[in-house]
Amino acid sequence: MGSYVVVTILSYLFYLILTMSSGDLGLWSSSELVVGIPVALVAGLAGGRVFGEYVPASLLNPIKWVLFLYYVFVPFFIAMAKANIDVAMRVLTGKINPGIVRIKTGLKKSMSLTFLANSITLTPGTLSVDVDEESNDLYVHWIDVKNIEPEPAEVCGDFPQWARRIAE
Amino acid sequence: MSGIVALFLIIGIAFNCLGAIALYRFPDVYTRLHGATKATTFGSIFTSLAVVLYGFTKWAYTGEPRFCVLAVHAILALIALLLTNPTGAHAIARAAHRSGVMPKRAVVDKLAEREGKW
Repeated sequence: MGSYVVVTILSYLFYLILTMSSGDLGLWSSSELVVGIPVALVAGLAGGRVFGEYVPASLLNPIKWVLFLYYVFVPFFIAMAKANIDVAMRVLTGKINPGIVRIKTGLKKSMSLTFLANSITLTPGTLSVDVDEESNDLYVHWIDVKNIEPEPAEVCGDFPQWARRIAE
Repeated sequence: MSGIVALFLIIGIAFNCLGAIALYRFPDVYTRLHGATKATTFGSIFTSLAVVLYGFTKWAYTGEPRFCVLAVHAILALIALLLTNPTGAHAIARAAHRSGVMPKRAVVDKLAEREGKW
């Protein structure tokens, strides 16, 4: 029940963002505010089950949202900037040493694993290819293999710790 | 302020160009995907940030709500891009590996070892 309510409220907020500045009541017109309610109810009914099944309820904790915003703007952005410049040099010089390595993540939930895999793929130079579903290890295509059996920190820094803190 | 917008646009276009060059220079689908993710992360983040900054400054100066809407929609586009880009890259890489495309010039391939192909 709770997840249906949460999805309905989030859908309504999203609808409000999409229809900003349409009219007379502040930024919104009154008809948009009314039409948004049935749209959000339908979206909540359709999406509530999925939300409850795959997304842990601990994600509703606002401290995790603050941590997430900090993670995106500070550690993740710095890692991404470094990796971008590194891969830019590799594009120009053509020096590559690619391979697919296996890293132990130690994560337990599918949500945190998705979070980590997306962080790894968004960072240039590393690309998650597959996941071992029993041990939750990731297969990562690494553009510059320094070590055939690397520690997670060599491939993706402290992303696994952040994934555990935010999404688990 | 228009100087910062121009700087963001230049950074964004430079990295998008490098992403396009990477598609030409790298040998196989996996390394080319690195180029593609680079173009979308740094390239498109900075071009979108330029739009966001332009929209918010114009909104502050003129007070017209359409500039605020422009900025907010650019933020939404950026979020959608950051969610769909890694998912798509991951799906392409996994599909390529499953259909037997091996990484070229690879020094190690643990995934093929697991499947007994290496």
